[in-house]
Amino acid sequence: MKNLDSVFAAYLIGWGVFFLFYVSIAKRTADLRDEVERLKNSLQRAK
Amino acid sequence: MGKRIILGAVAILLVIAAAYAAFYVAPEERTMGLIQRIFYFHVGSAWAGLLAFFVCFIGNLMYVWKREPKYDWLGVGGAEVGLVFTTVVLITGPIWAHPVWGIWWTWDARLTSTFVLWLLYVSYLLLRTLVEEPGRRALLSALFGIFAFIDVPLVFGAIRWWRTQHPSPVIMGGPGSGLDPTMRKVLFFSGLAMCVLMAFLIAERYMLEKMRSEVDILRREAEAQ
Repeated sequence: MKNLDSVFAAYLIGWGVFFLFYVSIAKRTADLRDEVERLKNSLQRAK
Repeated sequence: MGKRIILGAVAILLVIAAAYAAFYVAPEERTMGLIQRIFYFHVGSAWAGLLAFFVCFIGNLMYVWKREPKYDWLGVGGAEVGLVFTTVVLITGPIWAHPVWGIWWTWDARLTSTFVLWLLYVSYLLLRTLVEEPGRRALLSALFGIFAFIDVPLVFGAIRWWRTQHPSPVIMGGPGSGLDPTMRKVLFFSGLAMCVLMAFLIAERYMLEKMRSEVDILRREAEAQ
């Protein structure tokens, strides 16, 4: 099983990059959703 | 939301099946052995990355023509997702190259043009952070994105037009090129899986940008009161 560590590293790092990117999208989406709610509430209070 | 969840589930199932096919269906390459199995992940990611940049290019062109925000959202989605796939290509390539070539990196036409592509789309995303006004930001980044896309045909053609350290093409490579039929099937399946994953990530990133646009509108309304 020559180079098994390299193959393992390539797949692990590759999938890690995709996973972190998806987590970053989910985090940014959740933050924006909170911001939308906050702004809508403050606009309603101001009316 | 429902369609995006289904697309995400299909993408996950496909990439798991593609990884299984790369390790258990594709035959072992005679000279490189096990390390060659990175090929399916590396090339699949490269195809999906270039396709994402094409989506970005279409979004950029459409924005310049129509000036509708949805095309700007598509452009930034394509750019960011393309950048992620190209990052994976630039990481997995050297991991594969080191045991085979004896070096991690060389400045040949394919590797250099891919690195320049990565830098161009990093610049595209940086440019967007420098311009405050949404319309101006969208137009400037669309124009820059159209310019950046010029490098994509160079990346594609680099191993066809010049002698490079990077291997010659095995698909559409002309006489003398080719691939074992099972390897070819696994490669196309891996490419399909990565493209579905790319479509899912662009859809998610598009929705994020749409929501950001809503926040900008609400903020302006709040400031006006």
